[in-house]
Amino acid sequence: MIASPDLPAWAALLTALFVLLGAGLTLTGSLGLLRLRQFYERVHAPTLGTTLGTVFVLIASIICFSVLQTRPVVHEILIAVFITVTTPVSLILLVRAALFRDRVEGNARNFEWRAPSSERNVTSAPTEDRSS
Amino acid sequence: MKALLPFPLLSATLLAVWLVLNQTVSPGHILLGSALALLGGWTMTALEPARSRIRRPRAIGRLFVLVLADVVRSNIAVARIIFGVPRRSITSGFLDIPLELRNPYGLAVLACIITATPGTLWVGFDPARGILTLHILDLIDETTWIDTIKGRYERLLLEIFE
Repeated sequence: MIASPDLPAWAALLTALFVLLGAGLTLTGSLGLLRLRQFYERVHAPTLGTTLGTVFVLIASIICFSVLQTRPVVHEILIAVFITVTTPVSLILLVRAALFRDRVEGNARNFEWRAPSSERNVTSAPTEDRSS
Repeated sequence: MKALLPFPLLSATLLAVWLVLNQTVSPGHILLGSALALLGGWTMTALEPARSRIRRPRAIGRLFVLVLADVVRSNIAVARIIFGVPRRSITSGFLDIPLELRNPYGLAVLACIITATPGTLWVGFDPARGILTLHILDLIDETTWIDTIKGRYERLLLEIFE
C-alpha cells in the first residue's frame, strides 16, 4: 500500500469503503461467470463490474485525490462515460457471435425465446436466415 | 459558420473533454482544445453522419436519473441472483419488443442503457419490422420488462430525439 500520511482518517475510511464496495461488486460479477449455466446468462455477470463496480472505485479515487490535492479532481467521470459508451459494442458482438453459432449448429432449442404473442417464433436477430 | 463548425455540439463536447482530461482552464489548453474540437468537427463531415436534433433537455435529465436508479437496482438484483438463488431456478430468455423509436442516435443511447443495466442485454434490432431482441437474465414477467423498456426509456427517448 502507498502510504499517504496527508490523507485524514475520514477520507481514508470513505476511500477504503468505496474501493471495497467496488471491488466486491466486480468480484461478484466475476463469480457470476462461474456460477451461471449458459453463455447468455454469463454475459450478464461482468456488467456488474463495468457499471456500479467501476462507479464505486471512481468515487473512491475522486475522494482520495480531491482531498490529497485540496481541489476537486473529477476527470474520473470521463472513465465512467467511456466505459458506458464502449461496453455495449463488445457485449453485443459477443452475444451476436454466440447466437450465430447456435443457429448454425442448430442449437436453437437451447434457449428459450419469448415474444409478444403475435411475434412468437419470428426471429428478429442479426442472422436473418434461420432455416439455413 | 456552418463550414467552420459543422457539429457544434460535438466540438463543444470535445473541448470539454480535453479540458477535463487536462484538468485545467488555462488559455493555452483552451486554444489547443479548440483546435482539436474544430478538427474533430471537420473529420465528422467526411463520415456524413445522419443529422439529428436533440430536444427537451429536461427529458435528458429525467432519463439520466431514471437510468441511474435502474442501474443501482438491477446491480443488486443480479448480485442476488448470482449469490442467493439456487442455479436451476434462474429463468433467463430472449424477449422481442416492438419499438417505435427509429432514430439511430436514440437507438444507440437505448443500446447503452440496456447494456449498462445488468440483467438486460441488447441482442439485435430489426429496423424493417422495428423489433428489438433482448436477452433477460430474470425473465419471470415479460410485461414488466416490456413496460420498462417501452414506457420508461422509449417514451423519453422519443421525446428527446423525435
